[in-house]
Amino acid sequence: MKYEVVIGLEVHAQVFTESKIFCGCSTRFGQPPNSQTCPICLGHPGVLPVLNRKVVEQGIRMGLATHCKIAPYARFARKNYFYPDLPKGYQISMYELPLAEHGHVEIAVDGKLKKIGVTRIHMEEDAGKNLHEGIEAASHVDLNRAGVPLLETVSEPDLRSPEEAVAYLKKLREIFVYTGVSDADMEKGNFRCDANISLRRLGDPKFGTRAEVKNMNSFRFVQKALEYEIARQEKILEEGGKVVQETRLWDTKSGMTFSMRSKEEAHDYRYFPEPDLVPLTVDQKWIDEIAATLPELPEAKRRRFVSDYQIPEYDAVILTGSKALADFFEAAVKAYPKPKIVSNWVMGDLLRELNNENKEIDQAPIRPEQLGAMLKMIDAGTISGKIAKTVFEEMYRSGADLEKIVQEKGLVQVSDESALGGVIDEVMAANPNEVAGYRAGKEKLLGFFVGQVMKRSGGKANPGKLNELLKQKLQG
Amino acid sequence: MSWVELTAHELHEALKKKSVSAKELVNAFYARIESVEKGVRAYNTLTQKEALAQADRIDRAIARGETIGPLAGIPIALKDNLCIEGIRTTCSSKILDNYRPPYDATVVSHLKKAGAVFLGKTNMDEFAMGSSTENSAFEKTKNPWDLSRIPGGSSGGSAAAVAASEAAAALGSDTGGSIRQPAACCGVVGLKPTYGRVSRYGLVAFASSLDQIGPLTKDVTDTATLMNVIGGYDPSDSTSADLPMPDLTRALTRDVRGVRLGVPKEYFIEGMDPEVEASIGQAIETLKKLGAEVKEISLPHTEYAVATYYILATAEASSNLARYDGVRYGYRTPQARDLLEMYMKSRSEGFGPEVKRRIMLGTYALSSGYYDAYYKKAQQVRTLIKRDFDEAFKTVDVIVTPTAPTAAFRFGEKTADPLQMYLSDIFTISVNLAGIPAISLPGGFTKDGLPIGLQILGRAFDEERVLRVAYTYEQAAEFHKRRPSLS
Ligand SMILES: [Zn+2]
Repeated sequence: MKYEVVIGLEVHAQVFTESKIFCGCSTRFGQPPNSQTCPICLGHPGVLPVLNRKVVEQGIRMGLATHCKIAPYARFARKNYFYPDLPKGYQISMYELPLAEHGHVEIAVDGKLKKIGVTRIHMEEDAGKNLHEGIEAASHVDLNRAGVPLLETVSEPDLRSPEEAVAYLKKLREIFVYTGVSDADMEKGNFRCDANISLRRLGDPKFGTRAEVKNMNSFRFVQKALEYEIARQEKILEEGGKVVQETRLWDTKSGMTFSMRSKEEAHDYRYFPEPDLVPLTVDQKWIDEIAATLPELPEAKRRRFVSDYQIPEYDAVILTGSKALADFFEAAVKAYPKPKIVSNWVMGDLLRELNNENKEIDQAPIRPEQLGAMLKMIDAGTISGKIAKTVFEEMYRSGADLEKIVQEKGLVQVSDESALGGVIDEVMAANPNEVAGYRAGKEKLLGFFVGQVMKRSGGKANPGKLNELLKQKLQG
Repeated sequence: MSWVELTAHELHEALKKKSVSAKELVNAFYARIESVEKGVRAYNTLTQKEALAQADRIDRAIARGETIGPLAGIPIALKDNLCIEGIRTTCSSKILDNYRPPYDATVVSHLKKAGAVFLGKTNMDEFAMGSSTENSAFEKTKNPWDLSRIPGGSSGGSAAAVAASEAAAALGSDTGGSIRQPAACCGVVGLKPTYGRVSRYGLVAFASSLDQIGPLTKDVTDTATLMNVIGGYDPSDSTSADLPMPDLTRALTRDVRGVRLGVPKEYFIEGMDPEVEASIGQAIETLKKLGAEVKEISLPHTEYAVATYYILATAEASSNLARYDGVRYGYRTPQARDLLEMYMKSRSEGFGPEVKRRIMLGTYALSSGYYDAYYKKAQQVRTLIKRDFDEAFKTVDVIVTPTAPTAAFRFGEKTADPLQMYLSDIFTISVNLAGIPAISLPGGFTKDGLPIGLQILGRAFDEERVLRVAYTYEQAAEFHKRRPSLS
């Protein structure tokens, strides 16, 4: 392609707070329509907004996590437009003076790190939802979401491909989750993204005309919508046409974008400073306090896992996928300081069980200390590695105590010579031909005997001891 | 003198002495309303049932021997842009004709707690936009001193109700003079407190950065008493000031000795009614005789105040009034084929012409391409106007001006020319832009017997000095004792 792709993203993430941004209503999801409302978020005459400081705190946290400069003086503004889901006829947002600016996020492109500029982060309130389905000749409005706090993060037009855009989104999502600012769940609509996209001839310093694409509600659709849009714009340019500045909607069914409104039809939002709220002053002390609570971010943690625990990059990427998972791993390593073995168990058995049940790590019925203790039992020879799988499953399912499972289920390894010897004698008596064969030099038959003894002992025989005893007895 | 003609503090004494019961007062006021309301038309809604229930509570408290506060059992009127839970609140607009708020305004909660009795909701210019109450979608409120004249506005109903003794006191709201100018027209006392002194929570917004609730009363003492109850910090209003509320009745000492009085030369303009000018001149002389020092001062940006105000106030209003869209409450057109038509018809049928004019003006001022030239510039001029006052208050303690350039005019006199109407607020508007407190009190009468308003402006949050000067003048001049002859 002789064009360079230029993409900038605007991401709206729902801020994790108990109550809405300007009133005391709950932010709980999935409640009956309009049950989470009050005169303020319903936009009754005479009501006034009162800023929830928790939202500011979360905004500052996100700003710090993306290396932004936090504004000492920020101001809310009104964005004016009419829509039934917008009770006041304006959205309280920020315009000229956002909360945070001039930051960046690092993404990996072809194994190299690339900095993507974060232009600004600002706070705003969400709108409600219009309901049309199942209603005859009318539409209803659910305002439970109205006033739910959002952070809008605007990137610089630094992204050069759909893949980079998705990598950036995933990275941003990871930071949101890590910092506890948002659960950034795209399915719940807690993490929404609009893209500005344009093409320019390679080497051209000027940006081309951009289109804004909306309504992409999964990473996959972002990728597809951007791919479609690139192809569409390329075709226009190739045919000597001009890209129109407009807003386009992604349609999942057809896999295409459609024009929603042109530049001429674009809203004039008539932004002006919100007179019902005083300007927000953020002092350095507050910023420092929040900075002190900032967790180690994914990038730093990943690097530390590779260097401190000597685990492969691949393991580190998975284990730092969420803070809770990373915490689990570290706690388990504390109990059993062989990181690679812990990593194998966490990434293999534990994540498999959780995935089967669609559970998150913080819902795991196993504590990291239990996993550590179990691994120690293997080392001590109390249980075999094979039995450990059963023990693990049992622990996961019943949540019962490790020692108890091992004792009650009789899973303790049989290392006792007389007990083992008895089983070996039985096996030898039942297989005289093989005994003769072994004694005649077919030493490979040792494996056969090990298998038979294991089978009879229900897998509980201590393999080391078994080998030793078998050889003794077979040699006669 | 009948009960209804007394001030709130006089009624309080009578209630304490049990010379009258709260119920008797309520009945006396409703009887008065019954007899004069046909002429005055001060009220949009009467709340007799609730008023009697509240009076009954107060009477029982008195019977139990409880000490009652200064507003307990006092019959009060509320401008129809203040929300009372469950009581029709219209802003004198068709668009809110049947609106009943689900909550109480902060001032309403304070007054309820203080035991005040609400007689009803008073007429106003629609959404407080106007200076004559002629912009009401309902009735024309008349001036009790001359029923062929306007009561001023936008709190015309509240001012007329107090002047006509249809309420002991009232609350109004003041965005550009809407308490002070009707107070002047109706010969009562009206205070626009410092911006942030009284919570705006539950006041239906016109222009958020300018609106303030304040009292309209028969004398300065009642104003101080009401302010003590409605003033103070409110966490529900982020723009309310987190400052302790002083007891303003304690500021009411008859003493202006050494008080430096500023007279702005820009306020004595051509076209001012000579009777108004003479009265204010005399009032200044009176204060001088009482010991005040008089100084001429300059407020150089005065001439830009009206233009600045009409950009900022309309810009904010255009946004504040967007919520009246027919979706959740208020008027919705009975016939609309789609959403856009529902919006357009509901709003064009629901709003009156002045409100539409201001929404259009404000929308224009905020439009992209015009924002810098209008809204932004107006904000800059607002800062200059504020600075004028800061400078002036370095050399004087209060500023004295007329409240309005003329006494109450006749109905229809200025409705044809909105600009003429806007100029009625020429002396009151700067105060809102600067956010400072100002009071209007009776400062004389014209030959025809119409009241003339004297305005006293003070430093931000210095209501005490404003009230002290006003009180001292009031007690010396005694214009507040005159009552219109109705009936
Ligand atoms: Zn709410």
